[in-house]
Amino acid sequence: MLDKVGIAKRIAREVKDGMYINLGIGIPTLVANYIPANLNVVLQSENGLLGIGPFPTEDKVDPDLINAGKQTITMLPGSALFSSAESFAMIRGGHIDLTILGAMEVSEQGDIANWKVPGKMVKGMGGAMDLVASANHIIVAMQHCSKDGTSKLLKECTLPITGLRCVKRIVTDMAVLDVLPSGGFKLLERAPGVSVEQIKNATAGKLIIEGDIP
Amino acid sequence: MINKVVRDADEAVKDIFDNAVVMVGGFGLSGIPENCLDALLRNGVKGLTCISNNAGVDDFGIGRLLKTRQVKKMISSYVGENEEFERQLLSGELEVELIPQGTLAERCRAGGAGIPAFYTPAGVGTEVAQGKEVREFNGKLYLMEHWLRADFSLVKAWKGDTTGNLIYRGTSRNFNPMMAAAGRITIAEVEELVPIGELDPNNIHTPGIYVQRIFQGKNYEKRIEHRTVTKS
Repeated sequence: MLDKVGIAKRIAREVKDGMYINLGIGIPTLVANYIPANLNVVLQSENGLLGIGPFPTEDKVDPDLINAGKQTITMLPGSALFSSAESFAMIRGGHIDLTILGAMEVSEQGDIANWKVPGKMVKGMGGAMDLVASANHIIVAMQHCSKDGTSKLLKECTLPITGLRCVKRIVTDMAVLDVLPSGGFKLLERAPGVSVEQIKNATAGKLIIEGDIP
Repeated sequence: MINKVVRDADEAVKDIFDNAVVMVGGFGLSGIPENCLDALLRNGVKGLTCISNNAGVDDFGIGRLLKTRQVKKMISSYVGENEEFERQLLSGELEVELIPQGTLAERCRAGGAGIPAFYTPAGVGTEVAQGKEVREFNGKLYLMEHWLRADFSLVKAWKGDTTGNLIYRGTSRNFNPMMAAAGRITIAEVEELVPIGELDPNNIHTPGIYVQRIFQGKNYEKRIEHRTVTKS
């Protein structure tokens, strides 16, 4: 099984040189820490920055520089600042190469739910609906099951949808899976110490297993 | 030239009326018009419809106007940092329209730019799509979204001049430029108000045509929601 850092490290291996990347809140934010130093990538913050730098040292904290999670950040040489309208123009316009975000549920068709639990949690969708509707490539970071053991990889989402047929790849604590265009979760990799049988039991949607799974 | 400079926030907001539609700039607590929000608390105007990406936190920003029940309706994209907001929303005391952040930004931009509606892919197949026209372009589905305009827009900039030209700093720009253009009366508060001619025209973010009132703000708290640091 992978912990949150393990999931972030695994997703970091998906990053390619030259990519413009939007990282969501939570595990996706951690991914930035594990992108290999030899890759030249630019991180976008949807509130209006390309080129997110590391968190500041105490003396460099600036309230006018925050990321989408409202954390203090820094800029890098080559950074650019812009408005929220410009930011989402580059998102909707398909200029972001990779979007990494969290999810509460994903369906075998690639639908994603991550913004609302009716009657309980109403935080809002923020930029998630815009991101999933337009991204070229979406990787979801999530737990395979909820705390009570219920699968979050489903035939159909039960929670309100954030976007339809958009998720391409999922990295969970148990496995790496692709959502096939024709539907279904194709198992690509097992997390260390996790058996195919365990993944089968933890996946409520259609699971496709071909050959040996590394 | 018309004098746009007003003395302070109290003078700037004094004609904001009950049930007005008010845009409030900022993302989280960054780039919010702190002085104008304080002035609204003092003058007690009620029934406001606030268009703002977030709703502040419990004791800062729009959150304080929620506590005093001066806000009737919020139009926002993300409100997760505010317990009082969530309580009023779940109990039905507060009317809330949650819309995708990019749609919110573009609706404000469209309002200022005279575009009554546009199509966006955000929200297709979701609750957001209810009651909206869906149209296919090049094999992909899009929702029709309408512009947003406001009786008053409250924006915050780093520097401004007496004609209302504005320059923002860092990520505190966010929604401020679009909201400045979408307000019938736009009130800009700035950290530094300078005489005409002192700002480089190459670097103006919001041209003064959008700004009706401007004042030098004071006592900026610039609160940080999540102070995150690395040890040097």
